Amino acid sequence: MDVLLDNLDVFREGFITTIQLFALAAVGSLILGTFLAMLRVSPVPVFRAAGTLYVTLVRNTPLTLVFLFFFFAYPLLEIIDLSYFVAAVVSLIVYTSAFICEVVRSGINTVSVGQAEAARALGLGFGQVLSHVVLPQSFRSVMPPLISMLIALLKNSTIAGGFSVREAGAIRSILSERGEDQMVTLLWIAAGFIILVMVLTFVQRTIEKRWSVAR
Amino acid sequence: MTAAEGSPSARTEQDTLATPPMVRMASVDKHFGQLHVLRDIDIDVPRGQVVVVLGPSGSGKSTLCRVINRLEPIDSGTIEVDGKPLPSEGKELAKLRSDVGMVFQQFNLFSHKTIVENVTLAPIKVRKRPAAEARKTAMELLERVGITDQADKYPAQLSGGQQQRAAIARALAMQPKVMLFDEPTSALDPEMVQEVLDTMTGLAKDGMTMLVVSHEMGFARRAAHRVVFMSDGEIVEDSTPNEFFTAPKSDRAKDFLGKILTH
Repeated sequence: MDVLLDNLDVFREGFITTIQLFALAAVGSLILGTFLAMLRVSPVPVFRAAGTLYVTLVRNTPLTLVFLFFFFAYPLLEIIDLSYFVAAVVSLIVYTSAFICEVVRSGINTVSVGQAEAARALGLGFGQVLSHVVLPQSFRSVMPPLISMLIALLKNSTIAGGFSVREAGAIRSILSERGEDQMVTLLWIAAGFIILVMVLTFVQRTIEKRWSVAR
Repeated sequence: MTAAEGSPSARTEQDTLATPPMVRMASVDKHFGQLHVLRDIDIDVPRGQVVVVLGPSGSGKSTLCRVINRLEPIDSGTIEVDGKPLPSEGKELAKLRSDVGMVFQQFNLFSHKTIVENVTLAPIKVRKRPAAEARKTAMELLERVGITDQADKYPAQLSGGQQQRAAIARALAMQPKVMLFDEPTSALDPEMVQEVLDTMTGLAKDGMTMLVVSHEMGFARRAAHRVVFMSDGEIVEDSTPNEFFTAPKSDRAKDFLGKILTH
């Protein structure tokens, strides 16, 4: 307990940064991932090809490599300077959105063709068919794997700790300089993550319960 | 004779002649791979007419219905709705579809929306009606099809007959110029067929232009102005219900009626 209470400032700063990283990356990945899924089901072959290329390229690349790219290769391109924190958020979004895309796409495939046909027959455009009819039903059917993706994202965010972002994964190295017990430190960090994941699981259950009534 | 020319009734007749048919198909061909589903189809549906399309399964009658709002694109030929050729894609096509009501065999109500939300979605999103006004119209339509008390339920909570009537209300909410029915009673339990047919008969009486793909001979006799019989992708007969049921000309129609009417 002393390890936690004596270094509460470090734990607090670490986990707040983790939550910020996670929240921004989650929102970004959901938006980009959904957009990619829309590309992959679009009637335009070029859009479909672009979506497929992105997923193939990014999903087959290790996350650490994506981080290395945004921290060491991207600055050489001299486009916009990214802070370490922003570079970490971007890396996580780029990586996670490829997986979210596939989850959302599998959700789209669970919605019967008739639903989209009925919407088109009423005069809704492609975007409206997706946003009002197909996507809401898709998200309902893929809530469990979608939350799993977000849990993976939360845990993947600790890689940022290795890239000078002072999030929860970096707490150990800071505390080791203060001479704290490594084992106890790591157990406390693990406890923190377990609590965060439990929150996500709770969110999943709540949403599922609400939507199961609505059907 | 000459005196009658200036009379209102003569002028109305002339206007009717001048207005294009609500739906016109000319030399329409369509393949599904090797299968030739529509062979050189020519058909005009005048305003206010109720046409029932009959035929054995696989004869192309559903496809005939679905090409009119381009849920299926055609290979060649022309289709006009209200005098305008069918646009190929994009906004123009969406606009045309909003004027053509469609009712499906599987109802296809949006399962995540309540009945009244199903009915108001397109008026609000496509016609840009205010939500309150759209809801008011929707409730009137639900009353017309007899399911006002189901307005705030989800589709899965309704019987098949109620779902199909909701689907008809949803199509009517767009104030369509013509209604297409693609086997509207084929997925229903027998005891629910009548309630849907009654709703459709009511529509026909109100003067709606309708093209109905169906196996319901009773409805064809009672409500149709015209019966079109299809077989192997062709229109084989095109006559009045009375003529078709009592004196079919072709062997294929005789064979079809023999199978259907004797069981």
